[in-house]
Amino acid sequence: MRLAARLPEVVVPALLVAAVALLGTFTTRANQIHFRAALVDVAIVVGLYVFIGNSGVLSFGQISFVAVGAFAAGLMTISVGVKRGIMPTLFPVLKDHSLGNVESLLLAAGLGAVFALIVGLPLMRLSGLAAGIATFAVLGITHNVLFNYTKIGPGATALTNIPETTGLLQGMIGAVIAIAVAWIYQLSRFGRMLRATREDPAAAQAVGVSIHRQRLLAFTLSGALCGFAGGLFVHQAGTITTEDVYLNLTFLTLAMLVVGGVGSLLGAVVGALLVSGVNSFLVTAEGGIHILGMKIDLTDGTHLVVLGAAMAVVLVLRPSGLTGGREFHLPRRLARGRG
Amino acid sequence: MLQTAFNALALGSVYALMAVGIGLVFGVLRLVNFAYGQLIMAGAYTLAIGSEHSWPQWASVLACFGVVIGLSLLLEVGLFRPLRGASPATMLVATFAVAFLLQSIALLKFGSLVKTASIFPGLFDPVGHGQFETVRKITIVAIVAAMVALAALTLLLAKTTIGLHMRAAAADFRTARLLGVRANEVVTLAVVISGVLAAAVAVILVVEDPFVEPQFALRDTIIVLVGVVVGGLDRLWTATLGGFAIGVATSVFTDELSSAHSVYVDSFVFGLVIIVLLLRPEGLFAPFRARTVERA
Repeated sequence: MRLAARLPEVVVPALLVAAVALLGTFTTRANQIHFRAALVDVAIVVGLYVFIGNSGVLSFGQISFVAVGAFAAGLMTISVGVKRGIMPTLFPVLKDHSLGNVESLLLAAGLGAVFALIVGLPLMRLSGLAAGIATFAVLGITHNVLFNYTKIGPGATALTNIPETTGLLQGMIGAVIAIAVAWIYQLSRFGRMLRATREDPAAAQAVGVSIHRQRLLAFTLSGALCGFAGGLFVHQAGTITTEDVYLNLTFLTLAMLVVGGVGSLLGAVVGALLVSGVNSFLVTAEGGIHILGMKIDLTDGTHLVVLGAAMAVVLVLRPSGLTGGREFHLPRRLARGRG
Repeated sequence: MLQTAFNALALGSVYALMAVGIGLVFGVLRLVNFAYGQLIMAGAYTLAIGSEHSWPQWASVLACFGVVIGLSLLLEVGLFRPLRGASPATMLVATFAVAFLLQSIALLKFGSLVKTASIFPGLFDPVGHGQFETVRKITIVAIVAAMVALAALTLLLAKTTIGLHMRAAAADFRTARLLGVRANEVVTLAVVISGVLAAAVAVILVVEDPFVEPQFALRDTIIVLVGVVVGGLDRLWTATLGGFAIGVATSVFTDELSSAHSVYVDSFVFGLVIIVLLLRPEGLFAPFRARTVERA
């Protein structure tokens, strides 16, 4: 297929993201947080998709790269004076240096990639449930160490005083970068080779594709994107605890991916925006809102119940996700008209 | 030393029971039930409510079994059956959603504060004097309960027709159906047995730790899920051994690591898990055989 015909695969998800960012500029300052969070969710879920979607191997470990990116970016953007005051146990190298916003995001991406590469080198030999559990073990270790080791972070307390630099614009740019990288990767020969191993491992190996090498590449790229998304995450929230980047985020982002459709970039973006949007709506409704003249006031905690139930229902009705794992294509007539 | 050994055996036994509950359902449905811990949590809350209204203890325990088995059947009809044959990832995430749902309902209904369930408080007493002062009665009860349950289950699977059907379904579901095994019957039985085990585990865990909260048994479930995969989910006995082994390992690490290192128990356990998985991806206890090309 010609490149132009495949362009909608990346343009449509990017436009969706841009639309959400634009919509965010019209809301009140208090509501903007939901739009920013949705953009960060897109970046994280696209990061997950690069590995899980293309390889077909379930990984619970990607959030550990988000965690590493988030803590690194957060820690390094807090001013030196504050750090010395609130975290005296830090390694000097972390305590006495500080970075700008963009540098911190690059650092987050780099650390995510390096961590993923080191972890993936042995783990990418596994597949199926063994891979899922081994990556989960990585998440467990990451959380356990971040929670207890106070030389590299705040430990059990919250990391605060982080500059909130991820506004709507930066969130949008970040999400679009993630989408573009994911698209370029899945168009490249590496992406195709990995997808071949997903469809038929034996046949792919028979034509000379190294499953281990291709999975490792995607895992590392996914690690970079997840680390980067973690940087956006921490600069969006301004504060972070180890619990913020552990089980709940893992389940929520995986659910976004599966609800949207694991097999496509469009699915990742749609799932992230939709689940994030529903979640934000319900959270707001718990504070009481007026819609079409009706006053909705839900009990605190309802949003979790509704979200869980809605996810289960979607999966029962559409087991392969809302997009069915398909990318966006123009209707055939239109595509032919363009030549 | 004695205490460490008994604690390890007891935790291993409880985890083995949970492993059987998870392994049985996986055998017939190829579905990893992540919501298993929330079934246990529901049972624990039932016990807590019972002791709040000062029901007789047998009534609380009976209600606990009723609630957990009822919820299991509800899960089977509402979720497992429509999803039968879906991809493993979809099924796993669907059970996540249910786990999330049940946990949120508990949070909404009972709040995040702990509820105390006093059930069989006498079991918390030590077994004897001197050397046995550190060993509690519940520890022995847990070990015996696990052995009885496992023996009963082994008999059921080995000696009854429905047990034969279940083993056939676990080996090859489609062929078993072609040969006249009733799928729904076998699956329902597996789900009910797994519910009975969850209820039993709920009672044991509540005696050991009477403070019930929405995250009750969550950490245990995660560790057991890891354990059954490490042991090998393809066979029930390897999964059970895996659960037992990870229980023993967790308990020994907890008791034996110095206090400065004991906060890193999870890291040690998970690190061990990664090493085992790398060496034996088929499962630690799976029989050796020629390496096959991975299944698509």
